[in-house]
Amino acid sequence: MSFTALRSPRAWLGPLSVLALIAVVFFLGERMNFGPQQYMQLILDGLRGGTIYALIAMGFVTVFNVTGIINFAQGAFVMLGAMLAVSIYDSSLPLMPAAKLVVAVIGGIAGTTLIGMLLERLTIYPARHSSPLTLIIITVGAYISMQGLALIAWGAKPYVLPAFTTLDIADKTFRIGGVVLKAQSLWIWGTTALVLVGLAYFFERTLTGKALRACAINKRGARLMGISVNRMSLLAFALAAALGAIGGIVVAPTTRPTYDMGLVLGLKGFVAAIIGGLVSSPGAVIGGLLLGILENLAAGVTRSGMKDIYSFIVLILVLLYRPQGILRAGRKPVEAG
Amino acid sequence: MLRRALARYPNTAACLGMALGLLILGWIEIVQPGGFDFSDITGGLVTLDTMVRIGILSIVLVGLNLLMGYAGQISLGQAAFYGMGAYASAILTARYSLLGIPVAIAQSWWWPWLAILFGMIAAGGLAYLIGRPILNLRGHYLAMATLGLGIMFYILFRENLGVPGDHITGAFDGITAVPRLRIGGFDLWPISRYYFVVWTVALICLTLALNIVNSRTGRALRAIHGSERASQAAGVDIAHHKVQALVVSAVFASLAGSLYAHFQAAVSPKPFDFAGSLELVVMSAVGGMASIWGAPFGVGVILILKEVLRSGLRQVLRGASGEHEIVFYGVLLVVIMVFMPEGILVWTSAQLKELRGRRAVLPPGLERSP
Repeated sequence: MSFTALRSPRAWLGPLSVLALIAVVFFLGERMNFGPQQYMQLILDGLRGGTIYALIAMGFVTVFNVTGIINFAQGAFVMLGAMLAVSIYDSSLPLMPAAKLVVAVIGGIAGTTLIGMLLERLTIYPARHSSPLTLIIITVGAYISMQGLALIAWGAKPYVLPAFTTLDIADKTFRIGGVVLKAQSLWIWGTTALVLVGLAYFFERTLTGKALRACAINKRGARLMGISVNRMSLLAFALAAALGAIGGIVVAPTTRPTYDMGLVLGLKGFVAAIIGGLVSSPGAVIGGLLLGILENLAAGVTRSGMKDIYSFIVLILVLLYRPQGILRAGRKPVEAG
Repeated sequence: MLRRALARYPNTAACLGMALGLLILGWIEIVQPGGFDFSDITGGLVTLDTMVRIGILSIVLVGLNLLMGYAGQISLGQAAFYGMGAYASAILTARYSLLGIPVAIAQSWWWPWLAILFGMIAAGGLAYLIGRPILNLRGHYLAMATLGLGIMFYILFRENLGVPGDHITGAFDGITAVPRLRIGGFDLWPISRYYFVVWTVALICLTLALNIVNSRTGRALRAIHGSERASQAAGVDIAHHKVQALVVSAVFASLAGSLYAHFQAAVSPKPFDFAGSLELVVMSAVGGMASIWGAPFGVGVILILKEVLRSGLRQVLRGASGEHEIVFYGVLLVVIMVFMPEGILVWTSAQLKELRGRRAVLPPGLERSP
């Protein structure tokens, strides 16, 4: 950033509002007599939620990069992954609980991926020549349909997936200096790290991954190189569905999955993607983690029912002051479609 | 003579026709000729209550169609503005003691009307504040901002505007005992009177919107939807016109929200959540986004379908609740956007024109690129 950029008031407004936000959090925390332990606990829990947002955000980024669509059905993939895994785990498969969990996880991811591909073929493919506005509304419709079908299939009651470590509802917890850490958090972070490494390998080292990136950079150029853009769109949806399902499955033991869990998770993943600039996977991860910590801190010092509001305040602030995301220096935002 | 005049001004003719039809419906309800009630004619499916709801939501939809169909900006949070109007009216008329408003003023007949005006100004102001910087950007940033706004406002309504306790908005239960509207000593209630109030306002909004569409601003909006760059090159101030459309849609939504609050005599946060905003988008898609006449049509189709589904689903699916109808909404939205993105009304008329050998003309922005 050059000095001329520092002189413009817009460049100052963003960092200033962030500082003001931190000051407000500490002020409110002081009134509730929060010590470093409480803050650490809030940050740790926020990181757990943030990791899930990061996984979902990467799904948004993948689909947006390849097709130029903001896929509002992303939240449904999260819900489907969790619900399918729970259903397989609760079924009467003659297996050990641990083996059954493995089958449930694989089944949940595979099933959701298939549904994601089906969704692309049934709704996006026939309308691929429509305007982006139409396509975005189609994904909204797809989300509503899937949530409705889930309601018919599973009902409105919350389900339980056992914690991965204990295979029980009660999870193993560690205490480090007064801060409680659930074993499931480690599973969430471990899985996400593995997924990130896997994705990096896929995009950098495999031909299919490179073809996908080529589509993101220049669709027409990719087509001229013999890459089938339609097939890449299908692949992007499959990848996004798998990412969403993984997120939904690892988070399931810490929440009670319901048919409508996808809405809020999906929207927050979307906010995380926007914070990261909507086109960058590392940005999506950072955006997710930041969002998780921020909303947990803010909710910790105020009404807990207000938790969901902070991410959307952040969304509007980011859109107003840094529409290009927090990572890129340029002023030019991405164009949808 | 009359026929030629009507053919020359189709919108005026349609407005007059609609007003006449609505007058007849209202007359049937009040006079009950031959012992026929209004709901008897439709077999109990459509009551005057449904008609009032259609009128109220038509006002929201007219504004939303101006924004989505003409300015080409998606709003996924229109229920926020709708809710702002409803809560502004409810709080100012039923919780006036909290705000320190003297009883003499709060009980007077003009106070609720002033509250409606206040809600409209607040919603329009907010739309302007949010819209001005965001609409300067290209792409569908408004969709994201309105989505955030919609959920924010729903939570604010639910969580007592973020203030401890639940004495302002009443949390989940909402505000009850919102007074009915009146003019001087004349009560605008029972429902057969309120029906005329709502539809008069709705027809005025429709006329206003039709005038906007056929004015310089309307042409500019359509040009923007067609191609932002080309219209900019032709000297159209893009951001200005988009903000205008957003502000008009917010003001209409707030007005409708106030009418809703006085109609229900109560407000609760539920109708203003994300699902509420989505329902508005579905209505807009069904009626045709780029069509002002599609607004009442889309609302009517969805609200009547809702009644049919509510009674029909229970027989097909045992233990089905009202929530199950959302599957149907979703599928309907997808099918319409895939096969007839211009909406049922425009699609049908285009199909008819094609049958008569004329080339179908689609609204700008919704036609398919080759």
